[in-house]
Amino acid sequence: MASNKKYWKSVEELKDSPIVETLSKNEFVEDISTESFLGDKETLENSSTTRRDFLKYVGFTTAAASLAACEGPVVKSIPYVVKPDDIIAGVADWYATSIADGFDFANVLVKTREGRPIQIMPNKEANGTTSARVQAAVLSLYDEQLRLKEPTKGGEAISWSDADKEIAAKLNELKEANKSVVLLSGTMASPSTDKIIAEFLVANPNAKHVIYDAVSEDAAADAFKAMYGKRALPNYKLQNAEAIVSFGADFLGDFHGGFEKNYVAGRKSETGKMSYHVQVESNMSLTGANSDKRVVAKPSDVVFALINLYNQITGASVSSNATPIDGEIKKLASVLKKAGSKGVVMTGINDVNAQLISLAINKALNSEILDPNTSLNIRQGNFKEVQALVSDMKSGKIGGLLTLNIDPSYSLPNASEFTEALNKVDLKVALSVENNETVNAMEYVLPASHFLESWGDTHFSEGNYGLVQPTIQPLFKTRQIQDTLLKLTGNSTSYYDYLKSFWSTNVLNGASWNKALHNGFFTKSSSTSTEQLADVSIADAASLLKKNTKASAMELNLYIKTGLGDGKQANNPWLQELPDPITRASWDNYLTMSLADAKVLGFSNPVKDNGAINGDFAKVSVNGKEVTVPVLIQPGQAKGSVGLAVGFGKTFGLKEEMQVGVNAYPLYTNANNIQYGVSIEKVSGTHKFACTQVQKTIAGRHDILKVASLKEVTSSADPKHSWNKPAFVSYDHQEVEAKSIDLWDEHNREVGHHFNLSIDLTSCTGCGACVVACHAENNVPVVGKNEVRIGRDMHWLRIDRYYSSEVETREEAKEMGLSGGDLYKVLETEAENPEVTFQPMMCQHCNHAPCETVCPVAATTHGRQGQNQMTYNRCVGTRYCANNCPYRVRRFNWFKYNNNDEFDFNMNNEYGKMVLNPDVVVRSRGVMEKCSMCIQMTQATILKAKKEGRAVKTDEFETACSSACTTGSLVFGDVNNKEDKVAALAEDKKAYHVLDYLQTKPNVVYQVKVKNTNEA
Amino acid sequence: MKSVELHIRLTRGLVKGFAFFLFFALSLSSYSQEVDEARHKEGRKIYKSQCASCHKLDRKLVGPALGNVEQRRENTWLKAWIRNNAEFRATGDKDAIAIYEEYNGAAMSAFPQLTDQNIDDILYYTTIGEIKKKVVADEAGVANVQSTSNAPGWLIYILAAAIVVAFLMIASLLKQVNELKGNTAVKQGANLKQDLSELWEGVKKNTFLKVLATILLILIGIYIFFGTLFKVGVDQGYQPIQPIVFSHKIHSGDNKIDCQYCHSSAKHSKHSGIPSVNVCMNCHMNIAEVAETTVVELEDGVVLGKEELDKEIAKIYDASGWDVDNLEYTGVEKPIKWVRIHNLADFVYFNHSQHVTVGGLECQTCHGPVEEMEEMYQYSSLTMGWCINCHRETKVDLKGNEYYAKIHEQLAKKYGVEKVTAAQLGGLECGKCHY
Repeated sequence: MASNKKYWKSVEELKDSPIVETLSKNEFVEDISTESFLGDKETLENSSTTRRDFLKYVGFTTAAASLAACEGPVVKSIPYVVKPDDIIAGVADWYATSIADGFDFANVLVKTREGRPIQIMPNKEANGTTSARVQAAVLSLYDEQLRLKEPTKGGEAISWSDADKEIAAKLNELKEANKSVVLLSGTMASPSTDKIIAEFLVANPNAKHVIYDAVSEDAAADAFKAMYGKRALPNYKLQNAEAIVSFGADFLGDFHGGFEKNYVAGRKSETGKMSYHVQVESNMSLTGANSDKRVVAKPSDVVFALINLYNQITGASVSSNATPIDGEIKKLASVLKKAGSKGVVMTGINDVNAQLISLAINKALNSEILDPNTSLNIRQGNFKEVQALVSDMKSGKIGGLLTLNIDPSYSLPNASEFTEALNKVDLKVALSVENNETVNAMEYVLPASHFLESWGDTHFSEGNYGLVQPTIQPLFKTRQIQDTLLKLTGNSTSYYDYLKSFWSTNVLNGASWNKALHNGFFTKSSSTSTEQLADVSIADAASLLKKNTKASAMELNLYIKTGLGDGKQANNPWLQELPDPITRASWDNYLTMSLADAKVLGFSNPVKDNGAINGDFAKVSVNGKEVTVPVLIQPGQAKGSVGLAVGFGKTFGLKEEMQVGVNAYPLYTNANNIQYGVSIEKVSGTHKFACTQVQKTIAGRHDILKVASLKEVTSSADPKHSWNKPAFVSYDHQEVEAKSIDLWDEHNREVGHHFNLSIDLTSCTGCGACVVACHAENNVPVVGKNEVRIGRDMHWLRIDRYYSSEVETREEAKEMGLSGGDLYKVLETEAENPEVTFQPMMCQHCNHAPCETVCPVAATTHGRQGQNQMTYNRCVGTRYCANNCPYRVRRFNWFKYNNNDEFDFNMNNEYGKMVLNPDVVVRSRGVMEKCSMCIQMTQATILKAKKEGRAVKTDEFETACSSACTTGSLVFGDVNNKEDKVAALAEDKKAYHVLDYLQTKPNVVYQVKVKNTNEA
Repeated sequence: MKSVELHIRLTRGLVKGFAFFLFFALSLSSYSQEVDEARHKEGRKIYKSQCASCHKLDRKLVGPALGNVEQRRENTWLKAWIRNNAEFRATGDKDAIAIYEEYNGAAMSAFPQLTDQNIDDILYYTTIGEIKKKVVADEAGVANVQSTSNAPGWLIYILAAAIVVAFLMIASLLKQVNELKGNTAVKQGANLKQDLSELWEGVKKNTFLKVLATILLILIGIYIFFGTLFKVGVDQGYQPIQPIVFSHKIHSGDNKIDCQYCHSSAKHSKHSGIPSVNVCMNCHMNIAEVAETTVVELEDGVVLGKEELDKEIAKIYDASGWDVDNLEYTGVEKPIKWVRIHNLADFVYFNHSQHVTVGGLECQTCHGPVEEMEEMYQYSSLTMGWCINCHRETKVDLKGNEYYAKIHEQLAKKYGVEKVTAAQLGGLECGKCHY
């Protein structure tokens, strides 16, 4: 199976495109950009800079540079006046804390240097996981552009005490007039804050608390309440599942977050047990990409399929419609029935009836996977109440509005209505970390502290408590939301004292506060078991659902991108530059469309000569609202459906470079991610995507990936002759195993450490957390949209996405006797639902590295510990190494990316630079850089052991990517320590090296991707 | 080559002159009087061991200033108080209670072991005070006035050599010319001018000499050019003026304070750490002034005496916000902006703890005789060649460190040596210091 499969990266490759053909032969497209200048005679002649001038400039700058170099700068060292005991300059401190910003919820560890947080990692002890957004949240702390710096009233600065006094007085007035006051907040999942708000409501009986989440899950929460009597989200113990059927629930990409760890834990082929995961969906989601089987259907069909599955499983016959995928649903029903209590159905359809049916199916299955006892207290937003609030505001019923760190003026579907209605509110107070449209429309603006500057607590799921502690002094004149609320309630205790006493009475039960704070979490066994309460009529639900599902020719499925999420961190350059795991496009959102629809509607994605792709604009109208977005053709998108990500198009206060994409929230009518009755019209204009998709073709080397089925892996057949064949090369006119011949002499690898990194392709979900972790750890610069577009992205670690299908290449299809129209049709059909495989790719640290051989100045050399070392100060920038690297992982600094206004990202401002890791140099212009296998981290681990006079412990070595990986796909360690996990993995039967026929002997080893194809 | 305010030699003369004048004036003004030296010495000894931690002669410390205390209190009162002040207060003495309350009830320890004679000696000392030694303004500073040239040593040698060669050449040519003319050194003096012009004409016509001179000039030029280039960025001897005249000689040399008492992060961290002001205050809370005889002689010959040095100590109080009169922190802190001397390039990773804690190196190995430096300067060149040299030569003593146990055994066998060097351990790999 592995050998006859062919992989491709873009739909362009399926066509007979000469550009792709050229690109597949010419790896480096970058050099074209110089030709575009030098090769263009006209430009050259019309240039105002003559050759003589040019030479003058060169001469002058060289002379100036050498003169400047003669005088070293004077460096001042300013020690503390009173040094805190626990800070030693140069030694990192780690703190356990939690993030709960209303969208992302996680228990994390924060690395600080000299009192500055520089990295966020998952708190693995607390079962914490981090997404790319959580990893990047540390940079948002230093967002000088958007962070609010001092309290203001009507735009003028005001002191905290005056603001408190004035607001309290106004609240009092409103109380006496009995005019209603509303606290509008996002989900905080904080029990102590809930209590503070409750006390505020007691003190102000005219007040009300409304929770608003930009991305709503209230259908799921309402359905759960109807079934189990508690407004919460269901929790799934996916590690025990045998069959997972998801109807559009992107539980790996978004959903409620935090499921990937359990999901992957239930998919370990080495135990022989692997869940069978089927995804029924219209957009190509991250979850769908990871599924064993992906059933493509347009959104309305997904809804009907869910009802049909209910009918199949329970034998009921509630009203539904027939769908093209009914055959698949029948099969799924039998799979689920077979799995019984180990089966589970999830749905991401934001309709309470659909959620009810999904819960009913799980009930019918007696599913143990859905665990109502540990329900999730996140995404508590209630969209109906928010809409009621907006109409109350319009009718002048609301006297006061306090917003707590949310931006409804950007993210509400009827945002303009909300902003207008604000005029009718007397007291408008915004408590917010960052400036945004809502804050701009308020009278009082009270800056709130970032979560890394705050105290707090969390209660994400029943019994699992977490603590939030500050890791830095507030950067600006900010105050925590809780402190402000306490002040307004007339409570003079500080929130820290309040929190401590709250915990000792309500949570700790006599346990130590200091220990809980040290751990960052506290588990309390809850004895309450949530029983199913009401008997909900599924027949009614189904008929309502059928009524609401207005199937149409074109349907829109709004989704969340792993990078920007709900758009809260839109000013975060790390997230903007993180390529979408599926489309590989960064700095953009776009309309994803199937190849067939695109052909009918006349959209295409031509590849331009520099390897970047362009797109046409489409006007999307739905429910009387219109947006104009570029179209990106997405293999695997259901015909008759389009997808669009929310969270983009934010403009207020953002840097110009960050104002990318289109705001899709206006289309999010009724907070429903599925919209029917969509019309799409092609409009003029060409959009330039910054897409790393076609630029790096695989140049016909198709055995980069190896995929096997669970059956193959668990069978007794020798993998070397079946699913994990080693490469053979021709030597002396004989086919011999590639590893039997070698161009280089063998290194002695016995002495000391020898590092290896194992990457399990089965466990990698493509979430991108490792990519951001790598950025933070290694000071990888952000280069901006234009540079990414021309292939100059600096990601040391990228996650390649390959599509695959049974018939892939033109040649192969021709062999099958297909030609002309038939040929294209076959390929097109294959593109309807390709399989997707993710492959993290970074420097392979070859023991026999081709790059080392060609460096004229020996700037890249091999270390005894297995690392391919890159010495920046020695590099003269010939780029020979990059040309000779078969893995294309070397990155060239075309420009100086720090202190350069042309690249106005975090390295160009004083605050943003605070996130830099002081142990890693910021590279200068003109040098090559690449993954160092986090040599600063391995060296630090070794030094720690040396200082303590002991051997390095088992599994003590880590890299940034391996510590960020919550699914355990990336495992790093020392193969010379046989106890290290990686030692066994390097010898595993699933292990293989990419391009092993080249005999580069990489120190990065991949594990064959295993799919459970459910062959009985 | 730093642009920082370095010691400017032009002004040195003036400063030195001024210092000389100051010393002279001081030594004149220092008075002498009849003193019972034995008594004074005894009193001083007891005072220093028993009283000095809480009392100063001229100002409040933990307790009141004791200078001329006998003029303020009766001798018997003092004796009663010193022996056991708590008992004394219990007798209801108003003055005793008043002074107790003035110092917020901070009780003084009892000294029942002191005899009357002891106390009298102490009181004698407090009356006389420190005897100022006559300072003879000769040895310190002024005697050492000598000017050193700014130019690097090698340049002088080259110039000298060139001059000598040129002189010899000219002399031999002259001789030849004279001999050719048939003169035998008769009218030498009168014809010198003529000879020289003839010589010059000769030289101008001699192609060989021209080529030789050109080659010589080019070689000298290249030598100077590369010599200069190799010095770029090497700041050996860099000795900027610091915001506080801090003498490592006094602290580490004279008072034998361990380096790591102040530079405490050296054993834990990559940075040795410049001590925070609170570390200074650990001692300087009680040391507001230097001894009479203390002098700091700066590199440029300026000599700082007690008056100047006390002002330097006052800078610590200013930085830490220490109110000398009320003996409390005001909370107004002004961090000290030291000028960093040892600057490595950004692309170099150096870790102190690796060398200090693991390698067991003495600070002086790289930083030179710091305990003799009045003013800190960069002792080593800190070039890569300097690092590598040490890594090549240093045998690593790894006994007792379990981390090295296995790897050392394997490497020793591999290289056939008893003790491996840092280089053999991988200390020459680029990536060990550059990342």
